[in-house]
Amino acid sequence: MSETDRPFEPRIVAFFCTWCTYTAADLAGISRMQYAPNVRAIRLMCSGRVDPQFVLAAFRDGADGVLIGGCHPGDCHYQEGNVNALRRFELLRRMLRDFGIEEGRVRLEWISAAEGDKVQRVCNEMTERVRALGPLRLEPGPRRRVGVGVVPVGAAEAAAGPAAGEASEPVGVLETEGREAR
Amino acid sequence: MPEGGLNPKAVSTDGGPRIGVYVCHCGLNIAGKVDVKAVVEFAASLPHVTVARDYKFMCSDPGQELIQQDLRDGLVNRVVVASCSPLMHEATFRRATAAGGESPSHVQMASIREHVSWVTADGDDATEKAKALVAGAVRRVALHEVLEPRQSPVRPDVMVVGGGIAGIHAALTLADAGKHVYLVERETTIGGHMAKFDKTFPTLDCAACILTPKMSAVRTHPNITLWTYSDVVSVEGYAGDFRVRVRHRPRYVREDLCTGCLACIDACVHKQGKFEDEWNEGLSKRKPIYIPFPQATPPVVVVDREACIWFKTGKCPRTCVDACERDAFDFEQTETFDEVEVGAIILATGYRTFDASRMPEYGYGLYPNVYTSLEVERLLNAAGPTNGEIVLRDGSRPRTVGIIHCVGSRDAKHNLWCSKVCCMYSLKLAHMVKERIGAEVYNFYIDMRTPGKGYEEFYDKVLREGVHMVRGRVAGVTDEAASPEEEGHLVIRAEDTLIGSVRRIPVDMVILAVGIEPQPDAQEVRRLFNVSCGSEGFFTERHPKLAPVSTFTDGIFLAGACQGPKDIPDSVAQAGAAAAEALAMIDRGHVTLESSTAFIDDAACSGCKTCVGLCPFGAIAFDEDRKKAAVNEVVCKGCGICVGACPSGAAQQHLFTDAQILSEIEGVLEYV
Repeated sequence: MSETDRPFEPRIVAFFCTWCTYTAADLAGISRMQYAPNVRAIRLMCSGRVDPQFVLAAFRDGADGVLIGGCHPGDCHYQEGNVNALRRFELLRRMLRDFGIEEGRVRLEWISAAEGDKVQRVCNEMTERVRALGPLRLEPGPRRRVGVGVVPVGAAEAAAGPAAGEASEPVGVLETEGREAR
Repeated sequence: MPEGGLNPKAVSTDGGPRIGVYVCHCGLNIAGKVDVKAVVEFAASLPHVTVARDYKFMCSDPGQELIQQDLRDGLVNRVVVASCSPLMHEATFRRATAAGGESPSHVQMASIREHVSWVTADGDDATEKAKALVAGAVRRVALHEVLEPRQSPVRPDVMVVGGGIAGIHAALTLADAGKHVYLVERETTIGGHMAKFDKTFPTLDCAACILTPKMSAVRTHPNITLWTYSDVVSVEGYAGDFRVRVRHRPRYVREDLCTGCLACIDACVHKQGKFEDEWNEGLSKRKPIYIPFPQATPPVVVVDREACIWFKTGKCPRTCVDACERDAFDFEQTETFDEVEVGAIILATGYRTFDASRMPEYGYGLYPNVYTSLEVERLLNAAGPTNGEIVLRDGSRPRTVGIIHCVGSRDAKHNLWCSKVCCMYSLKLAHMVKERIGAEVYNFYIDMRTPGKGYEEFYDKVLREGVHMVRGRVAGVTDEAASPEEEGHLVIRAEDTLIGSVRRIPVDMVILAVGIEPQPDAQEVRRLFNVSCGSEGFFTERHPKLAPVSTFTDGIFLAGACQGPKDIPDSVAQAGAAAAEALAMIDRGHVTLESSTAFIDDAACSGCKTCVGLCPFGAIAFDEDRKKAAVNEVVCKGCGICVGACPSGAAQQHLFTDAQILSEIEGVLEYV
């Protein structure tokens, strides 16, 4: 995806709870439902585990969109983790607006374990929406890597930075330093 | 090394990560789409990856051996398996890694089958996405902590919910194995649907003859506590240690005193039955005090509070009370509750039949002589409303009977699924009608589905008996005669696809072969027990082939038609399997608990108590002296809600620490 002559392919990070949405994504697979390859799902035990920091980090690290999937209200394996996710999501959305990140770049969806078709639909919709918005352009902020296996910063930074030749309007700097550097 | 914030025991002490990446072909399931060699090559270039291999089937013995050999050789101490979903084989590879001498928590899977090869049209796209997921897994596994699997003891008692044939069989199997079983049934008797049938296909065994001995065995078994007219109101705890609260509804008759002599029913001031008899599908009337059927278990009468004159007016001579020699009446009874602790729970909550009035074209509820199959089961039953006589509502015998298959099943407007039992029970009803009253019987079917031992042979037998078969979906049932011979009859209009024309067949009785549906309260039950349902409402098994009676909630098993349409042999087989799974868990003596529990980094905790209120399980206590929160890891279920909310990052979750997840985010975005 590094060639500049290729059309823009958004990269979307998804946080799926293991009980409902991740299982639904498995079901989509078992049912061979084809959908856009742009969504990379990270499995969490509960959508309530999604720290707003994860969303910010994903954008910082080069994601063009972030999708969060949890159980339908009332169906949470942990009673109400998804409600917590919703509350945090609303606050986060406001914050992202302040950063200048378009609303269409984040999405929270309730997808039950039976709704493989919904995973397909939401991933496709999300990909199209983010594709229409274009690459997320953030001014490179200070990056603080976590853990071992740190790689040279250059390549990734370029991926997260403005695409060459496109009109770019600075949309703010994400500063997520602190949490991961504890 | 990872920076602070981690539990001290979580920090690897083995001299840094040496990561092995194992990419599975899964036959052609993955390799047919993903360029496996390219993924291996990519993985080998990632930091800390010391070994990258591919193999046809990583889950097979030789595949697991690849991992174990590398572990034993000291080439790797972390394992990334890029294959199917972790929900499928994470346990497998954790075991393999443990067998290779490494901590089972040093494993991470990348789902490049369910999430990549099976859902991506283009091979290049699939390969790129597979690389991204592998990179995420590699980045994250480098930070995985060493966790010893936590074990928790298993209580030896079991609860079985639902007293149909599946629940009965599961309960008896467990009780015979020496486990104490609490069997909870919400109706006043056990027996379920099977107790309503007269005969069972294909052997034409008398249902009562094979069921009632099992019912009575349940009642007398020293290891079974039978609670009828009861339901589960709450479930707490986890596999091996569930606390279940059960509500007992008042019968107004003491179960310990009533002998089932039924003298009270004769003595009731109502000389005739006046209220719809639910057991007979409304085909007869019962009194306010009743017993569903003579062999009801337990044989204890029940007072219908809505119908009883004493409850309605307070003015009744209560001849029932006088008639009772045992003084069993207690009009002051109220709901009572029991709380029990069990190690495992088997759900056998059954099904309901499709409501035929949802297909008005078939005239159910409009024409009195249109019956559901369940109603006809009651008519055929010797203990039923007509003592086994097949008669119409006016008391006359039908001379022609039409049986319409697939009512509510295999129908895009209603239920897409095949209910599996209707073809066979329709053939059974055809046989019995013909045998008992010699009527002409027409079966209207879409496809005849008779797989099963002795089933096709039964179909053949019924054909030879001269039952007419019309292949085609019935358009409608009407009483409008189009010719003199149709006068006074119901007319079934159907396309006969074998002769290629539309037929009108006048009959006296129409039987609608209603399909099987989930119980109306399946969603509430599902939530109560924390299991999942398909979109149609049947409970979801952990794996359709390899774990057909387990659920995604450990310690909770499924039996019978609550999991999907099933006939009696299948329900019994599944009940036995569920009992065996529960037994295996109990006799093992312990369960391995979820390792992803939360913990608090004491030094970082600011004492804000945000987490304390958020925990749905009350697992977080606050030490007022030290002003620090602490997680009780036994109670913690590992959701991570507290972790996501902690403003100071003090709350963390094993295998889902902030650092691990942030690394995975970096990984899936860093390279491709």
